[in-house]
Amino acid sequence: MNALDVVLWVVAPYLAITVFVLGHVWRYRYDKFGWTTRSSQMYESRLLRIGSPLFHFGILVVLLGHIGGLVIPKSWTEAAGVSEEAYHITAVVLGTVAGVATLGGLAILIYRRRTVGPVFTATTRNDKLMYAVLALVIVLGLAATVAANIIGGGYDYRTTISPWFRSIFYFQPDPALMAGAPPLFQLHALSALLLFAIWPFTRLVHMLTAPVGYLTRPYVVYRSRDDQRGSRKPRRGWEPTR
Amino acid sequence: MTKVMAQLAMVMNLDKCIGCHTCSVTCKQAWTNRAGTEYVWFNNVETRPGQGYPRTYQDQEKWRGGWELNHRGRLQLKAGGRLRKLFSIFANPLMPSIQDYYEPWTYDYDRLFSAPMQDDTPVARPKSLITGENTKISWSANWDDNLAGGPELAPADPVLRKLSDQVKLEFEQAFMFYLPRICEHCLNPSCVASCPSGAMYKRSEDGIVLVDQDRCRGWRMCVTGCPYKKVYFNHKTGKAEKCTFCYPRVEVGIPTVCSETCVGRLRYIGLILYDADRVAEAASVPDEKDLYEAQRSVLLDPNDPEVIAAARAEGIPEDWLEAARRSPIYKLIFDFGVALPLHPEYRTMPMVWYIPPLSPVVDVLSGTGHDGEDADNLFGAIDALRIPIGYLAELFTAGDPEPVRNVLRRLAAMRSYMRQINLGRERDESIATAVGMTGERVEEMYRLLAIAAYSERYVIPKAHAEQGARLEESMSGCSLDFEGGPGMGGPFGEASGMPVPVAVENFHALKDRQTTGALVDPEDRQNRVNLLNWDGKGTPDGLFPDKNGRKEP
Repeated sequence: MNALDVVLWVVAPYLAITVFVLGHVWRYRYDKFGWTTRSSQMYESRLLRIGSPLFHFGILVVLLGHIGGLVIPKSWTEAAGVSEEAYHITAVVLGTVAGVATLGGLAILIYRRRTVGPVFTATTRNDKLMYAVLALVIVLGLAATVAANIIGGGYDYRTTISPWFRSIFYFQPDPALMAGAPPLFQLHALSALLLFAIWPFTRLVHMLTAPVGYLTRPYVVYRSRDDQRGSRKPRRGWEPTR
Repeated sequence: MTKVMAQLAMVMNLDKCIGCHTCSVTCKQAWTNRAGTEYVWFNNVETRPGQGYPRTYQDQEKWRGGWELNHRGRLQLKAGGRLRKLFSIFANPLMPSIQDYYEPWTYDYDRLFSAPMQDDTPVARPKSLITGENTKISWSANWDDNLAGGPELAPADPVLRKLSDQVKLEFEQAFMFYLPRICEHCLNPSCVASCPSGAMYKRSEDGIVLVDQDRCRGWRMCVTGCPYKKVYFNHKTGKAEKCTFCYPRVEVGIPTVCSETCVGRLRYIGLILYDADRVAEAASVPDEKDLYEAQRSVLLDPNDPEVIAAARAEGIPEDWLEAARRSPIYKLIFDFGVALPLHPEYRTMPMVWYIPPLSPVVDVLSGTGHDGEDADNLFGAIDALRIPIGYLAELFTAGDPEPVRNVLRRLAAMRSYMRQINLGRERDESIATAVGMTGERVEEMYRLLAIAAYSERYVIPKAHAEQGARLEESMSGCSLDFEGGPGMGGPFGEASGMPVPVAVENFHALKDRQTTGALVDPEDRQNRVNLLNWDGKGTPDGLFPDKNGRKEP
C-alpha cells in the first residue's frame, strides 16, 4: 500500500463525499430557483419519449444493483440462502440488461441533444461536462462487468470493492482492498467519485428531489400568504410579531 | 358547520368584448416579456369557433386535462393517478409541444439598417426565438382570429366537433364571438393536484393559484393537469409559470392588469365565499350537466347570518366580508343569474365566469330584417337559433342548453326593457316578469353591465395591513434576467442564483440611471443626470456643477 493508494481510495472518496454533501446543502440554500430538471421536452419529444425512460429506468435498476452489490454484505445474502452462483448470474444478467438500456438511452439523449437545434442551443457547458463524465462512468462500469464477468472468468467484487466501499462509511477506510481490484473497476470507481464531486453543481440535482412525497400528500395544496415571507428570512431577532 | 373560504373571482361579459387583445398585450408586457416565456400568454383572446391556444386544448380525449370520475364514482385525474404520473415523469406523453402553442419569432430588424445600398428594399426576415434560425410563420396564439382561415381551421374546434352531428357549419350565416381567457383559479385545481413536487398551491386567503418558483422542479405534470392549458413551462428556467391574478396588484386593492386595461370594461372582480368542505362532493356529481348547479351550490350567500358567523370563525376579516356582500361576482351569478362557468365538465370548479354573448343572436336577427331589439323577436330567435345556443352550452354548461337560454333571455329582456326607457315609453314590467325578474332588478343589472362603473366592477378588498411586511419583496423574478442582461449567468446557467430583492434591484437601477448618460454621450456621463428618475430628494451626482468647477474623477 503506497501513498497513491491512500490518495485514491481514502482521500478522494472523502473529498467527493464532502463536496457532494456540502455542495447540495450550499446549492439548496442559495440556488433553489436553479434546482430543476431543465426539461427540454417542449422542444422535442419523439426521441425523448424513447431515450429518457430507457435511460432513467435503466439507471434506477443500476442504482438498485449497486445498493445490492455494495451495501449489502455477502454474508447477509448467503445467510438469506442466496448462493454465490445465483447472485452472480442475477447480477450479471440484470446488470448487463440495465446497463445496456442506460447506455442506449443515454446515447439517444446525447444524439438528440446534439442534433435537435433548440435542444443543442439550450445546452450549457456545464451540461456538456456532466454528460461526458456521466457517459464515462457508465461506459467504464459496463466495460468492467463485461470484461470481468462475461468474457473473463468472473470477479467477485463483493470480497474486495464492497468491503472497501462500506469501510469508508464506518470511517475505517481500507485502501488495500481496492488497490488489488482490476483496473477497469478502479477506473469506474474513480470516475464515479468525479461524478459525485460535480453532481451538486449540475442539473443532476433533480434526482435528490425525486417527488416520492406525491404518493402520500393530499391532492390540493393550500398555503397561507403568511408562509411567504418575502425573498429572505428575517434575521434572528427580527422575526415579525405574531 | 361549514368551512368558509374566500375566493377572488372574475366575470367577463362576452357581449362587450371587441377582440382588441389589449388585455393580452398589457398582460404580456407586465408578466411574460422574458426569455423562456416568449410563447406564453397568461391572458389570451380566442375567436370562437376556433381552435384556441394551444391548438385544440379543449379536446380532453387528446390532452386529458382536468378530473374524471372513476368506476367507483370518485374524482381522479383524467391523465392518471399518482403512480402513473410518477412513472411517466421522464417523458410526459401528454405534454403539448412548442408547435402546439406556436413557435415564437422575432424579425431580423438589424438587416434594415445594415443592408448595403441596393435596388431592392431590404426586408427583416422572421427568426425563430427557439432555434435562432430563419423561420416561416405558420401559427400563433391567435392565428384564426376573426375566423381567419375559417373553412380549413374552424372545423377543428373541439367544441364545434361535438355539435357537428346536429348542426352544419354554415359560414354564410357564421356566428362568432371572442373568448378572453386567463387562469381559472379553480376551487378544485387539477394542476395543483398534478404537481409531484407540491410546488403549486392555492392561497388560503384569496384562492389565487400560484407556483412556488423555488419548489418547482420542472416535472411538467401541471401543464398536462390543467384542462385550460393555462400553466406554462418556461423553457429557459425549466419552471412552470402561470397567471398570478396579478396578486401584487389585488393585494393592494387594484384590479389585475388585464381588467384595468380592458377597453370594453367587460371584466368584473370580486370576492366569493364558498364552502371548502363541499367542493369535492360537488365536483363529483355523476351527471356532467348538473355540474353548473353543483358549482353554484358550493358558493355561499354573504348576507346569510350563519355564513357570516362561520366566516368570522374561520378568521375572515370584516372588510373582506363587507367586500363579499358588495361583490359584483355574486350579483352576476346569483342576483341576476347571468354568469356561467367555463367548461364545468372538467370538474375543476373554475372561478372565472362568463356572461354568454347575445350579440350573435341579435346579429342574425337584424341580418334577416327583423327588429333585433324587440323582446318577442329576441325571445323567439333565442329559442330558434340552435347553433349559438348549442355551442355556448358546450362551453359553459356541459351541453345543457337550458341555463344558456335563460341567460340569453335575461340579456334580451334587459335590452328591450331599456330600449323602452330610452325611447321615452312606459316601463314594460311584463318584459322583466317574462324572465323572472322585476323592472328594478333589470335596471340594476343594466347599471352593472352597461354603465359598469369602476367602483362597481372591481370590489377588491386589500390584503391585510398586519401582513404588509410579508408582502413586500414577494416577487421572485428579476427584471434584469433577460438574455445577455446583467442578471443572467448564475453559476448553473440561466436565472440560477438567488433572486435579487426588488428594492435592492431598483436601488441599483435608479443609481445607475441617475449617474449614466451612456445612451447619449459616454464622454461626459459624470456630468449627466436623468431627471426623470430624480424624485426631488437629495442632489444626485451631476445635477449641479462641481463647486470647484472641476469634474469628479
